[in-house]
Amino acid sequence: MENVEDNRQALRELLFTAPDCLQYLSGVILFEETLYQQASNGKSFVEVLKEGGVIPGIKVDKGTVDLAGTDEETTTQGLDGLGARCDQYYRMGCRFAKWRAVLKIGENLPSPLAIQENAYGLARYASICQQSGLVPIVEPEILVDGEHDIEKCAAITEVVLAACYKALSDHHVLLEGTLLKPNMVTPGSKAPKVSPEVIAKYTVRTLQRTVPPAVPGIMFLSGGQSEEEATLNLNAMNQLDTKKPWTLSFSFGRALQASTLKIWSGKKANVAAAQANFLARCKANSDATLGKYAGDAKGAGADESLHVANYKY
Amino acid sequence: MSVLKNQLWGDPLVSAVRQEWSTSRKSHSCSIIPSHRVVLMTSDFEKSNPYVHELKKTAAYIAQPGKGILASDESNATTGKRLATVGLENTEENRQAWRELLYSAPGLGNYISGTIMFEETLFQSSRAGEQFVDILKKQGIVPGIKVDTGLQPIDGTDGETATQGLDGLADRCKRYYEQGARFAKWRAVLKVDSDKCPSSTAILENAHGLARYAQIAQANGLVPIVEPEVTLGPGDYSIERTAYVSEKVNSHVFRLLNEYNVILEGILLKPNMILPGLDVPTPSPEEVAKYTVRTMLRSVPAAVPGIHFLSGGMSEEEATLNLQALQAYGPTPWSLTFSYGRALQSSTLKIWSGKESSWKAAQERLVALAKANSEAQLGKYAGPHPSPGGARILQALRLGGAGK
Repeated sequence: MENVEDNRQALRELLFTAPDCLQYLSGVILFEETLYQQASNGKSFVEVLKEGGVIPGIKVDKGTVDLAGTDEETTTQGLDGLGARCDQYYRMGCRFAKWRAVLKIGENLPSPLAIQENAYGLARYASICQQSGLVPIVEPEILVDGEHDIEKCAAITEVVLAACYKALSDHHVLLEGTLLKPNMVTPGSKAPKVSPEVIAKYTVRTLQRTVPPAVPGIMFLSGGQSEEEATLNLNAMNQLDTKKPWTLSFSFGRALQASTLKIWSGKKANVAAAQANFLARCKANSDATLGKYAGDAKGAGADESLHVANYKY
Repeated sequence: MSVLKNQLWGDPLVSAVRQEWSTSRKSHSCSIIPSHRVVLMTSDFEKSNPYVHELKKTAAYIAQPGKGILASDESNATTGKRLATVGLENTEENRQAWRELLYSAPGLGNYISGTIMFEETLFQSSRAGEQFVDILKKQGIVPGIKVDTGLQPIDGTDGETATQGLDGLADRCKRYYEQGARFAKWRAVLKVDSDKCPSSTAILENAHGLARYAQIAQANGLVPIVEPEVTLGPGDYSIERTAYVSEKVNSHVFRLLNEYNVILEGILLKPNMILPGLDVPTPSPEEVAKYTVRTMLRSVPAAVPGIHFLSGGMSEEEATLNLQALQAYGPTPWSLTFSYGRALQSSTLKIWSGKESSWKAAQERLVALAKANSEAQLGKYAGPHPSPGGARILQALRLGGAGK
């Protein structure tokens, strides 16, 4: 499908008006253009979401740029004028924001510079958001790309999250008014896979070691996992009998939309089927947050890896 | 659902969601995977340390519900000051008799899971020749050891201090482990006032000392008690000020513990409760609890098994009432319990006053105080307090001790 505004609007309308789906979602992160768009009945998307009990949120970062002197590591832009933009987003009805920092694992990576710079960018963004009434989702994504094992991912995620919470404290961010959007702790994309139970144990332990209990919710990114994988991993975490003072939930993009998009393929005739598929994924993940997913939501494409190397969005 | 959380997340929608979450967690019928079944090792330090399993077990044992720590690690000089208040000379014999009174108190082990000792005491025996470590082990009390060697001033600051004791620490820890100690303690002190203290220099210096000590202790088999004391002092600084400073200090400490690969499941935290300056009227236990728990929620990762509050200058009764008030905010991922020195020993010492005829009564007072605090830890203390209505028990910061 062509990347034109009409098509982008049609995709979002398909998702937001899918029958019975919104009950499983508490928030939707929007891109700026979408915030100003409407459904074909003239209702703004913001209104559609609010009527469905879903809080509109807004991506506020402006993408990544390279850090000179590093091995292709990046920092995230978007702080300039952020306060004024947040005020406008609040007026439009948004109540939370999101900023994606990106780190990668490699030989001597992530570097202390990349960790520090991204942690402080997140903290500065979070502080500005809270001044404007938006809950900041703090997203320090460590890319899954690589051959490293799950232990390495755990060790690095601990270091990155510790640095993030130190930065948030330094910037006086109110933790009770934030959410965390981390990667799950998994082996690298080129390393042998492990079971959801192992992913669950490493992930939750990493969080126990770094995320203060005052943070109300941890909403995992799916990071290229297949739809089914992401759901099974989330489910395993919620079944784990261990200390979990924050909710463990989802903030999925690809893992909620991929197979739905395929089924739709832009054709009006496919909308109903696509929406039914979307409903199945939403309910599956909702069940997973309660540790109740029975593994029965698999439709076509649910097992397909959604990994894209060096993912930018 | 606890009162504090409803205040913090007052929105009814949010409260309802959290209520549903916490209920469903307890009641859903699908299979629960116990997390102890798979052994996870992450950092190289964790993988290569032969004591990891024991450290975690010891920390969990000490932090268990209904129990706390008896802090009896006063240096010889400080012990001398205490003995002097009841007219006793600061001799080794008197120090040994005093600790024998404490450790052999019948039933103490029902309420105390660990005791911190000064170096001399770790190697002492009762008058009948039984080693203190053996007396304690029979009571189910884990022996611990103070390993810092006192405070030194940081030049150019307004009376702020650093803690000494890193030199040769690994060797000393090995020796203490051989003698039977299984946990250690290092006291960092942060001065607080309305605006200047603590300085960033003092915070960085003390956080570094704690992290380096903690790593060395774990490498040698001792669970480190990490004690970043924001000390109760003169002035009219507010309770909010103490809360703010304590959050900052804790944040630095945990950042550095992470940097030094300290395994959080194998430490215990010993912080101050959140209190305003001495010139401000003493707050109610509910107010102390509200600020204290909030500070802990904002800065202490869930992996830490226990938070053992120091008594600082609180009176014996205040220390118990405040401890009880904390429990209203549970359940929490770490136990909220005690590591009390003065609040368990002050009236005990007075009753003994060195008299053989008062030995039993003094022991009974100690155990009664320990029992009151054990009940408070469980949220079940009903009074009356064994030592009611006492005044604050203050002591000046002592510098230059060099571990004596």
